[in-house]
Amino acid sequence: MSSETRFIDFKSDKQPTWCPGCGDFGTMNGMMKALANTGNDPDNTFVVAGIGCSGKIGTYMHSYALHGVHGRALPVGTGVKMANPDLEVMVAGGDGDGYSIGSGHFIHAVRRNVDMSYVVMDNRIYGLTKGQASPTSREDFETSTTPDGPKQPPVNPLALALSAGGTFIAQSFASDSQRHAELVQEAIEHDGFGFVNVFSPCVTFNDTDTYDYFRDNLTDLAETDHDPSDRDAATDRIMDGNEYQGILYQNEDSVPYHEAHGVTEDMTDIPDGAPENATDLVREFY
Amino acid sequence: MPADFNWAIGGEAGDGIDSTGKIFARALSRAGRHVFTSKDFASRIRGGYTAYKVRTSIDQVESTVDRLDVLIALTQRTVDENIDELHEGSVIIYDGERTSMADLEIPDGMVGMDVPLKSLAEEAGGAIMRNIVALGAACEVTDFPIEHLGSSLEKRFSDKGQSIVENNKTAAELGAEFVAENYEAESTEFEYELETTDEDYVLINGDEAIGMGALAAGCRFYSGYPITPATDVMEYLTGRLERYGGHVVQAEDELSAINMALGAARAGARSMTATSGPGIDLMAETFGLVAQSETPLVICDVMRSGPSTGMPTKQEQGDLNMALFGGHGEIPRFVVAPTTISEAFWKTVEAFNLAEKYQTPVYLIADLEMAVTEQTFPPEAFDMDDVEIDRGKIVDEDEIDEWLDDEGRFRAHAATEDGISPRALPGTTDGAHMSTGLEHNELGRRTEDTEIRVEQVQKRQRKVETAKEREDWSPREFGNPDSDNLVVSWGSNEGTIVEAMDLMDEDAPTSSSCRCRTCSRART
Repeated sequence: MSSETRFIDFKSDKQPTWCPGCGDFGTMNGMMKALANTGNDPDNTFVVAGIGCSGKIGTYMHSYALHGVHGRALPVGTGVKMANPDLEVMVAGGDGDGYSIGSGHFIHAVRRNVDMSYVVMDNRIYGLTKGQASPTSREDFETSTTPDGPKQPPVNPLALALSAGGTFIAQSFASDSQRHAELVQEAIEHDGFGFVNVFSPCVTFNDTDTYDYFRDNLTDLAETDHDPSDRDAATDRIMDGNEYQGILYQNEDSVPYHEAHGVTEDMTDIPDGAPENATDLVREFY
Repeated sequence: MPADFNWAIGGEAGDGIDSTGKIFARALSRAGRHVFTSKDFASRIRGGYTAYKVRTSIDQVESTVDRLDVLIALTQRTVDENIDELHEGSVIIYDGERTSMADLEIPDGMVGMDVPLKSLAEEAGGAIMRNIVALGAACEVTDFPIEHLGSSLEKRFSDKGQSIVENNKTAAELGAEFVAENYEAESTEFEYELETTDEDYVLINGDEAIGMGALAAGCRFYSGYPITPATDVMEYLTGRLERYGGHVVQAEDELSAINMALGAARAGARSMTATSGPGIDLMAETFGLVAQSETPLVICDVMRSGPSTGMPTKQEQGDLNMALFGGHGEIPRFVVAPTTISEAFWKTVEAFNLAEKYQTPVYLIADLEMAVTEQTFPPEAFDMDDVEIDRGKIVDEDEIDEWLDDEGRFRAHAATEDGISPRALPGTTDGAHMSTGLEHNELGRRTEDTEIRVEQVQKRQRKVETAKEREDWSPREFGNPDSDNLVVSWGSNEGTIVEAMDLMDEDAPTSSSCRCRTCSRART
């Protein structure tokens, strides 16, 4: 089936309830294209989603999927991949899910370097709860819960990932569908944790980080002399305050978790009774 | 001669008390004697009072008693802490060369044996073996053949090299010889002689029994976060689970631990996490998701004293309401609570079967006393041939067609008569579907439709009703069923109650007690 799989096969018959113009449409289309382009099909793909507008993605895509609790999508994806390494595991979330309530899991998922991809729809706002500050909102961004702005520096997810030992760190823009799909595809193909922060504008509650803003301010690293294998160069870019799309950093020597720990067996198949040599376990206690 | 003998070693945390106690317990077990141990310990790495107590008999022993016959005291406090359990004729072994012990006063009627533990250990090869010298001394006092101690030392130290084993054996012999030469009269008068038998016993604690049960049941994935007194489950499984193609992950917190385990279970592995009360509080967040997404998952709670951080190293059975009723909304669940260490093995196997047969979370509840107590059992108590695996309604590619709707979509949450839906493991052709913590229709798609909501709530509830009919939920009962007295209990109290009943029967033959073993309950 996989050779004929088209991106539309990853689309469910459920119509998205995202606002017209939401960046998440483009983000999802790119994810589906990337999955199809990498030879996957819905029956070998597991999508994990968290809570928020982004969390609805599991419903709109067609694959094996779990829509979990807020912020815990990465641990779920980790368990899925370890139990069945043959599955293609893609975790999706938003900036609140990944960098606020789930920030602890984010750092540790990066460290673990499990061979899966993580696509974050970063709109710098809480959309589903109707417009509160998110961890990536600007310091002076006025919202219903931060009338004078959060007055805290926004989280820099790329810097978090780099400092935690990230092996694939990329950023894309939902509106640049071709580049976005390419970058997600690279994340899937990467041997380890492929992280893509996607600028996915909220057209309803964020009038600052808009499509126009990103079109005007985004620099594509592919059009610069940036070398993704150069960690120092990546550090400079990530910390310089500019908006980039492309691969910020990729460690070509990445050793994914399953190789480092020898976790390569499908854990789903077990015998009808105790394992053959189980009596040895009892003997250990003599 | 009294039927049971009670022994203890006490000192400060960091003195190797636990390790030494276990070596002696193993020596007794290897000599064909039954053993029941208990630990007094603090949540600290060094300092503070800690003790390891061993009760042993030719017959099965199922609880501790408040009587000490031989005490190895490394500190004055060890004597003070146990003064009420010592009695006339009790032997206290100590090292008078230790400055703090030089002035130890032996209470009237008791026998003090001043053994230069450290000096003799140094003679054998190193001061670190002073506790082993004391064990040798204890063997001499009790006429316990020292070769069984040697056998236990071999098991404990063989991976460190034969010379270490030999040095330890020498240390033990020096301790025994010292007592024989200096306290011959006292040893001869001592009324306890530890007989041996040819039986082979298993010496195991509750956490290990749970871990071994998980391996027997086909568990392949374990994720956890270290917490007293559940850590031993994880430490037992680490390395062993890998032998069967599984894996243990130390997660960043309990939130992650239960979600990883959930993910592995979604993928189709038998999966488990274990924690204690503070971790259960955190896991409550995902507990509802496990039930709502109909994921088979075993969540082990080794209870300790609460609330909050409570007393991490002390016994309490305070989590029952959390297990039965915890979480917002209506959450069908099973709660399985073993009452003995050997039962902990079997209940773990049962928990995995219940989880997969009914696609629900299962709480496996143990307590600190069960977790840290080492007890002997005949190996038949863990007969692996009796382990049965039932994975429930997993459908393969040949069967999946009958569970597709008119448009070819898999009905992962189909509202069946018994409430149990078909389960397609990821990778199964045409089985792709989502599951969610949201209320959903039979395809797993979110809905707020009133009729579907009612149908799905009732469907999940029906699984519990089905299980009530199909499974054995009867309690374990002991004693005279016609008695006017009824004792209802759960958890590790069983052994104590059984022994208490025996004592009561001696006084009043008509008394009896009865106890509930397994709780099963769903909120409705």
